[in-house]
Amino acid sequence: MITAERKPLEEIIDSVKPFQRILLVGCNECVTVCAAGGRKEVGILASALQMNFMKAGQTIDIKELTLERQCDPEYVEELSTHMDQVDAVLSMACGCGVQEIARRYKDKPVLPAVNTKFMGASERQGVWAERCQGCGDCLLGLTGGICPIARCSKRLLNGPCGGSTNGKCEISPEVDCVWQLIWDRLKALGMEDRYEDIMPAKNWQTGRGGGPRKIIREDLAE
Amino acid sequence: MKQFEPVIVAFCCHYCAYTAADMAGSKRLSYPANVNIVRVPCSGKVDAIHLMKAFEKGADGVYVAGCLEGDCHFKNGNTKVARRVAYVKKLLDEIGIGGERLEMFYMSAGMGERFARVATEMTKKIRKLGPNPTKAMSTGNQGEAVA
Repeated sequence: MITAERKPLEEIIDSVKPFQRILLVGCNECVTVCAAGGRKEVGILASALQMNFMKAGQTIDIKELTLERQCDPEYVEELSTHMDQVDAVLSMACGCGVQEIARRYKDKPVLPAVNTKFMGASERQGVWAERCQGCGDCLLGLTGGICPIARCSKRLLNGPCGGSTNGKCEISPEVDCVWQLIWDRLKALGMEDRYEDIMPAKNWQTGRGGGPRKIIREDLAE
Repeated sequence: MKQFEPVIVAFCCHYCAYTAADMAGSKRLSYPANVNIVRVPCSGKVDAIHLMKAFEKGADGVYVAGCLEGDCHFKNGNTKVARRVAYVKKLLDEIGIGGERLEMFYMSAGMGERFARVATEMTKKIRKLGPNPTKAMSTGNQGEAVA
């Protein structure tokens, strides 16, 4: 999923200050799962903002709404009936959701309430960790299903480096050396010979190195 | 000047604090009428939004009273809500309401005295802190912080 974290309240308060009527929009997808911008978080943020302004003797009109998905035009369309009653939109979705609203409603300022972080997985309740960088040329089949691009601090294709100590990365004792994990996994699978293969330099153009990306499925695209 | 009388909301677990309140009554122990009890099936039922809404609607102080550690009827609802309380305390600090207006307490069903003591101490503390800042401006009720 795409993970996110709520911005500091001070920053959010500053961004909504110039506006009187706010549409606070959550998203039912990834940000709900990572507890950053679902219906619950929308309610809590609305309440916190309301109290902040009440404290100063001011009022703010906050309308709460949580869409099924904020990155799809058909769901973002649902906001159209509310747009003439608000001055700005505060979105709790990832950057994709914020941009989709901005694209559809050109005359309304859209403000982000979360910082979008990374593509990750739940390690345990309340803990999410980076797992994929969307490099566009997946090599998990060669590395025992563990990604050195997303999880090695240096993105090494032929690791580990000299900074690997007792299975940990030199950047922090909290961070696993992914190449240790890859080796352990290959050994458990009886595929140690894979480790001997030297991986050639990666073509980073399939990732962000090639500029903004787009997928067009001819059979689906209208 | 009239003494400020705080409104306090206490979310009490059915299996401990709520019964402890009953026990306090049976024992004829008095506790301040400021405390408004909301009975919940488990303290773990109390979510961050309930705590926030209590303050938004005008409570001056809020507390959650759950079972003693290890004694939760539903295994660990009390420890889960304690983390939520800590999270909301930080949020209240961030918006200038003051995290000290929110507390978590643990007690068993037999602790009538503790229930009365907690209610009294919390009322005293909130009286000292004064009214919830959200209503101080809107109602002009500045109250009086009484030591």
